[in-house]
This record gives sequence, C-alpha cells and structure tokens, in this order.
Amino acid sequence: MKKIEAIIKPFKLEEVKDALAEVGIEGMTVSEVKGFGRQKGHTEIYRGSEYTVDFLPKIKLEIVVPDDKADTAVGAIAKSAKTGKIGDGKVFVLPVEEVVRIRTDEKGDEAV
Amino acid sequence: MKKLFTILSLTAAFAFAPMLPAADAPAAPTEPTAVEAPAVPAAEAEAPAEPEVDENKKAYEDLVAEQGDTAYAFDFFTVSMLWTVIAAALVFLMHLGFATLECGMTQSKNTVNILYKNGFIICMGLLTYALLGFNTHYPGDFNGWFSLGGMIGDLNADGGSTYGYGGLALCMTGYGDFIFQAMFAATAATIVSGAVAERVKLLPFLIFATLLVGFAYPVVGSWHWGGGWLGTLNGGNGFKDFAGSAVVHAFGGFAALACVIILGPRNGKYINGGIRPIPGHNMPLAAIGVLLLWFGWYGFNGGSVLSAAPGPLGLVFATTSLAAAAGGFMGGTVSWIMTKKPDLSMALNGMLAGLVGITANADIVSAKGAIIIGLIAGVIVYFSVVTLDKMKIDDPVGAISVHGVCGIWGILACALFDTTNSGFTIGGQLIGVAAVGAAAFIFSLVVFGALKAIMGVRVSADEESEGLDIGEHGMEAYPHFSQKL
Repeated sequence: MKKIEAIIKPFKLEEVKDALAEVGIEGMTVSEVKGFGRQKGHTEIYRGSEYTVDFLPKIKLEIVVPDDKADTAVGAIAKSAKTGKIGDGKVFVLPVEEVVRIRTDEKGDEAV
Repeated sequence: MKKLFTILSLTAAFAFAPMLPAADAPAAPTEPTAVEAPAVPAAEAEAPAEPEVDENKKAYEDLVAEQGDTAYAFDFFTVSMLWTVIAAALVFLMHLGFATLECGMTQSKNTVNILYKNGFIICMGLLTYALLGFNTHYPGDFNGWFSLGGMIGDLNADGGSTYGYGGLALCMTGYGDFIFQAMFAATAATIVSGAVAERVKLLPFLIFATLLVGFAYPVVGSWHWGGGWLGTLNGGNGFKDFAGSAVVHAFGGFAALACVIILGPRNGKYINGGIRPIPGHNMPLAAIGVLLLWFGWYGFNGGSVLSAAPGPLGLVFATTSLAAAAGGFMGGTVSWIMTKKPDLSMALNGMLAGLVGITANADIVSAKGAIIIGLIAGVIVYFSVVTLDKMKIDDPVGAISVHGVCGIWGILACALFDTTNSGFTIGGQLIGVAAVGAAAFIFSLVVFGALKAIMGVRVSADEESEGLDIGEHGMEAYPHFSQKL
C-alpha cells in the first residue's frame, strides 16, 4: 500500500477529485495548508506599506491506495492539477505499513 | 400548561376589558355637540353625557395644557423631542460601528479584548454621565473653566418635560438632553481604544477610559457647550463646533496620541528601520463598522440641530452625507494613486474623515463646501496615517488620523466655509481646538503615565504574541475556527 500526498493549488481541488474518481479512487483527506517552494511569495500593500507574503495557500491531498494503483493515481493527480505555471505543487509517494478500517476491523488491502 | 393558559386568559381579559366601553364612545359623536343641546331643553339631565363624547379630544387638550405657558409649542416640541431620542439611539449605534470596525482592523487573537473594551465603554460612559458628567458638562453659571457636578435628579421636574426646558435652542426635555449627550460621551474613549489595541493591558485602560470620559470629557466640553470660556473666541462670536469635531473627536484623537506614545507600538511592527504591516483579520467587519458609523452619524450631526427645525435638519443631513461621500471617494482614490492599488481600509477611513471634518460645520456650510471639506479630509487622512507610521506611532485603526487630525481640519473649515457670516476666524478656531487637544493630550499623558508607573499599561511580550483574548480574558473569539481541537 502506498500513501500519496499531493500539494496542489486550491482551485484545482475539484478537478483532481474528479480525475481520481475516474480512475476508481474515491476516498481522500484534504487539508488547507500554506507553503512555498521555488515560487516565492507575492507583495501586498496595507495602509501605505508594502510587505511580502511568503506562504501561499495550498491544498494538501492525502490518499492511500494499493500498490498497483499508485502510478495511476499519481498520474491522474499530476495531470489534473497542472496549470503549467509556477506553484503547481508536488506529489509524494510513501510506503504504508498497515491500514485498519475502524468500522469493520478489516486490515491491509481490504481496508484501503 | 392549563394553569398558564388560565393566567394568561385572565390577564388578557383584564387588560382588554377597560377598552370595551370606550370603544363605543367614538362611534357616538357623529354630530357636533352644539346640534344636540337645542334638542334637549332640560340640559342638566343630558349634560353628564356630553364630556364622554369628547373624551379623546379633552385628553389631548389636557396634555397640551400640562405644558403650561409653553403649550403653544407642544406639537413642534413633541416632534423635536421624538427626533432627539431617535438621534440618541442612532448615536448609540455608533458604538456597534466602532466595535465592529476595531475588530475588523485587528488580529483575531485580540477580538474578545476589543469587544470587551467597547462594551465596557458604552456602559461606563452612560453611568458616569449620569453620576457626574451631565451636570459637569452643563453647570449653568460657572467660572467658564471648571465646575464639578453631581448626579442627575428628576429632569422632568420644574418644567423639564416642557418646551420651557430649552426653548427653540434645545427643543427637548431634560431627559432627552441628558440621554442624547450621554451617548456622545463614551465615543471619546472608543477612539482611544482603537489606537491602543492589541497591546494595552485591560485594567489600566478601563481605569483611564473611565477617568477620561467621566471627568475630562465633560470638563473640556463645558468650555464650549456648557457656556464656558470658548464663547469669548472669535471676537465674542464664539467657538464654532457644531457637533463636536473638537470637543469629541479631536479630544479623543489627542488622548489616543498621548496613550500610544506612552504605550509604544505593537511588537514587530517597526523592524529593521521599516514598517511591517499587521493586517486586520476581517475586512467585512471593518466595512460594516464604518457604514454603521456613517448611519449613526445622522443622529450625531442631525441630533445636534437640537430640534426638528426642518431647514437646518435637512441641510445637516445633506452636508453630512456629501462630506462622507467625498471623503470615502478621496481616501480610496489617493491610496490608489499612491500605492498603485486602491486600499479598502483607506476608503473606509476616508468616509470617517469626511464625517469628522463636517461635524464641526454641518449647519453652516453649503453643499459645495461640504464636498470640498470631505475631499480634503480624504487626502489628509491618507497622508496622516502614512506619516504617523513613518514616525513609528502605531495606530491599528487610524483613530488619531481620522479623529485628531481631521478634527482639527473640521474646526478650521468652520472659518473657511462659513456661509452665514458669523465671524468665525481661523485664529479663534485654532485656539479653541488647540486648547481642547492640548487638554486631552496632557490629561492623558499624566493619567496614563501614572497608570504605567503604578501598574504597567502594556501586556507582556509573550501575552502579546499569544493574543490578549487568552491572556486577558481566558477565552477565544473564534474557538471553532482555531487549529486546536
């Protein structure tokens, strides 16, 4: 089982969710985060003074999938989240040791 | 339930029963009484029935007669008094405006503290005004400088509920006068609360605000509205300050300046020789607050006509609106020119600047004058905010600029835009506003300085970082929105 973490632009969330549904992945956890990579921030002005906002709002998407679905999922996310402009984000793939479905106590691939 | 139903039915029955016989009476007098008398030669037998026919008319006539010598003015007096109490309620609403604006312009970790200060101020303002403020503000005959008054008595007594209380110049009852002025008093302290936000310690601020509003405000106010020495200015033409650009706004603005100097700026605001903005957390609240203030200002200026005289009332509503509009337009536009993008908070401050600017002269300027006053106020407020920041005077809401600096502008504008040839001079106006501003400034320097020495006026750096809501109140404004569970 693999955990896929993706940092994407917030307005891309619906598209990514739909793209994942199309390849059969329908469960996910989403959080609102802030961050930056090489994009750096932008300048804002408040009451006559300029300041830089380094941390930009992003969405962090987390899904856990069976090994054989990992590549499809990564592909779906990367394709649907891409705008071609700086700040599109990244996808990370991590190994997962164990998964338990709380309601039924199922474990492993069945629980994913 | 049955018991409750029984009680309610009985109460309703008793309440409505007296109305039933009376309901018949108005139906009866379809003819004037003069017609009935000739038809009944033995008048005595029928006479007791006559008054019942005119019961409502007689009741009204009695009401008018109660006014005594001033009964002739009853209708105008009643309308004027009604307008006065409505205006008082509108000025009350300004406290909601201040509270909302201050919340919007500060960080969410301090919101409970802002609201508590604002809530306390209106409560304390009204109480102290009853306890000593009203009679200190309006001492009657006094030396022109100082006369400490006591608690208000029955202001309806001795003709206080008739036109005779103040005639045309003050067309309201004693209580109307009291409550209208009481609503003004607390606004001086709210001006300060915005400027010291996010780092002032709660208790010393509450003590200071109580002394400022309970004592200093009515004393300084008595110099002008109480018939004091400011009446000698402008060669005896008096000091013009229609609704309080000086005695309310500049007063509050300069008190705020003194406090901010003693308090120091928020941590991290001025670092490395530059300015690091600390943006407010809720622009919608700020906008709502300013528009509520504008709405309430119709009571502030409109009520200061002190009667329902249609001519002045209409003029004041018009000039107040035009100045606010011009100020709002200019505040936004100037920020657009100076920083390439229009700043909402500057547009909002511009509206208030225009309103403060017109407050001194709303009843003596023309529409054109009002617009110019507002435009200039919008320009002044922008540069004042920016300049104070450059001087490292940290004012999260722009209170010093809006009320202090534009208050001075409003006072001077009286001499520049007067259409009534009342003899106001720049010199006289300047002396008056300087005296009021200096009094507020010095009083605040001394009192707030003393509080700093006695108990400290600033929260610790740790508390400032964590937020005053936790530090001063042990609660959060937005508990469900925070990251913690």
